[in-house]
Amino acid sequence: MNLGALLPSAIDGLLLGFVYGLAAMGLTLIFGVTRVVNLAHGQMIAMGMFVVLAVASGAGLNPYVGVLLAAVVGLAAGVVIYVVAVDRVINAPELTTLLATFAVNLIIIGTATTLLTTSPRAVDVDMGALRSGGVTVLGTHLVAVVIAVAAAGALYAFLFRTRLGKSIRAVAADRAAAELMGINSRRMLALAFGLGTALAMTAGALLATLFSFNVLSGGTYETKSFVIVVLGGLGNPTGALIGGLIIGLLEGVTAVVIPVSWVPVIEYAVFVLILLVRPRGLLGSRQ
Amino acid sequence: MLRLRGRSRPFLPVLLLIVAVVAAVPLVTGNPSMREELFFMLLLVTLATSVNVITGYTGYVSFGHIVFFGLGGYGAFWLMQALGVHFLVAAVLGVIPAVLVAAVVGAAVLRLRGAYFALATLGILEATKAFMTNFDPAGGAVGLSFNFSIYAQYGGAKSAAELAYVFMALVALAAIAASYLVRHAKFGLALMTIREDQDAAVVLGIDPARTKVAAFVISAVFPALAGAAFFFKNGIIEPGSAFDLTRSIESLVMVVLGGVGTVAGPVIGAAVYEWLRGFLITSPALASFQLTIAGVLLLVVVLFATSGLVGVLRARFPAVREWLE
Repeated sequence: MNLGALLPSAIDGLLLGFVYGLAAMGLTLIFGVTRVVNLAHGQMIAMGMFVVLAVASGAGLNPYVGVLLAAVVGLAAGVVIYVVAVDRVINAPELTTLLATFAVNLIIIGTATTLLTTSPRAVDVDMGALRSGGVTVLGTHLVAVVIAVAAAGALYAFLFRTRLGKSIRAVAADRAAAELMGINSRRMLALAFGLGTALAMTAGALLATLFSFNVLSGGTYETKSFVIVVLGGLGNPTGALIGGLIIGLLEGVTAVVIPVSWVPVIEYAVFVLILLVRPRGLLGSRQ
Repeated sequence: MLRLRGRSRPFLPVLLLIVAVVAAVPLVTGNPSMREELFFMLLLVTLATSVNVITGYTGYVSFGHIVFFGLGGYGAFWLMQALGVHFLVAAVLGVIPAVLVAAVVGAAVLRLRGAYFALATLGILEATKAFMTNFDPAGGAVGLSFNFSIYAQYGGAKSAAELAYVFMALVALAAIAASYLVRHAKFGLALMTIREDQDAAVVLGIDPARTKVAAFVISAVFPALAGAAFFFKNGIIEPGSAFDLTRSIESLVMVVLGGVGTVAGPVIGAAVYEWLRGFLITSPALASFQLTIAGVLLLVVVLFATSGLVGVLRARFPAVREWLE
């Protein structure tokens, strides 16, 4: 155990937590509005990474153009997934919607693995570094935090300040009542699915500027998103962001204190415990 | 108690006979590659039939159900490797950790409903997998493996493989019989009442907590036995193959493909799914897109044939209704 390594590792984890939180916000937004647990979430994160790769290595543009593009592609992809795979079974039992999104996941994984192969990729981004004492923070991490916060802020402005956003929240609160108020609930469900997917792909795009990745990288971040979402309360975007910070910090700190391989044991144990003790999340009301 | 409908066709004996006859073919012909294929298919039948008890009858989507397969596998494997216990004894004792987890953890997580329960089972699976990866007495990430000489007490590797196969077939038959008996007993009615409306079930005098835990335990026993047979035959066990989330989801796919909440559905679903996968992998034109095609087919079934193959057959051909439950 090395206390000197604790601070940098904790800071690193906390910064990464913003990106985790952004991805989890996408998952929780989709669940909160449509009541669907999106099993294609991880794969959409991975697709965000490949948008950055295409923009940076393929087209030779600034990788952060890819981050913006990933958000736009994500919005469109999410709406398409909703219309094709989810809309027809939106009122069916959980098993049906779980397997519908799992089918989408299979289709994307299968196609992506065949077309893009599973070889590791990396996007080279150099944004300098910030040094203070023994702590070094890479510029890419800081930019990722700024973008993640901006994206989360934009989502909040949209959900609370615009008529469309308020309509989405109305559908989340009570679909039948929202329809009686003249809101086209199917459109709002599709839009929420699109926004959630856009957040997932944006988070993936940011992760691509930090780490190397391949077609199957989404899986790890998907399970992480599940843990975070449960920590913050299913359907609660603020909770997801805070949950992301907690998990990021936890990873940073525990990686120094105990062997890295024990970190997932703690994460999942916390996950099950939170579900049992506070199913509405740390921030949620006690049932 | 078991006769709810006045005159019933001998559906269960016929179904068991079909499975038993198919399972007996490689033993009679002595074809080892066919035996391997059918071993895997019987394993899938067991997994799908078991998860159907808690998910199909009771309506609780057990996402990480494969955890019982892994626990049974690890328990039996350790007994055989470390203590030299005979396979049959080890397999039965290996059920204990699975049943304990199902009863203790099940009692806690079965209070959760809907997506919360599904996510909790996912968490249990991943937590167990992560723990076993770090648990050195069970070999950690590398897992445990047999010294080849362990098969000597069974008369060589070939007879050991045959023993595992016969055991697997019997477990599959027992799982199907249990699934049928549960569905036709008062207990099964209680499960289906909970599925339709848990609050109404309470009013009708059903104790949902106890009933659900009993269903969860039943659905944990057969995967644990199957795990013991699978890893005994394999000679090696490690966390990745014992606690594989994909296989867990696949068994749910088979249930939906065959027909949720039916007895024959998971059997047919498992057989069709495995046949289809074999077909896709061996076809040169389709092999590279096998996951994509599997996804499209699953989506079509989920969206347009919600009642699965059994449901479609029953709706199309009224004559088969009495023979297909």
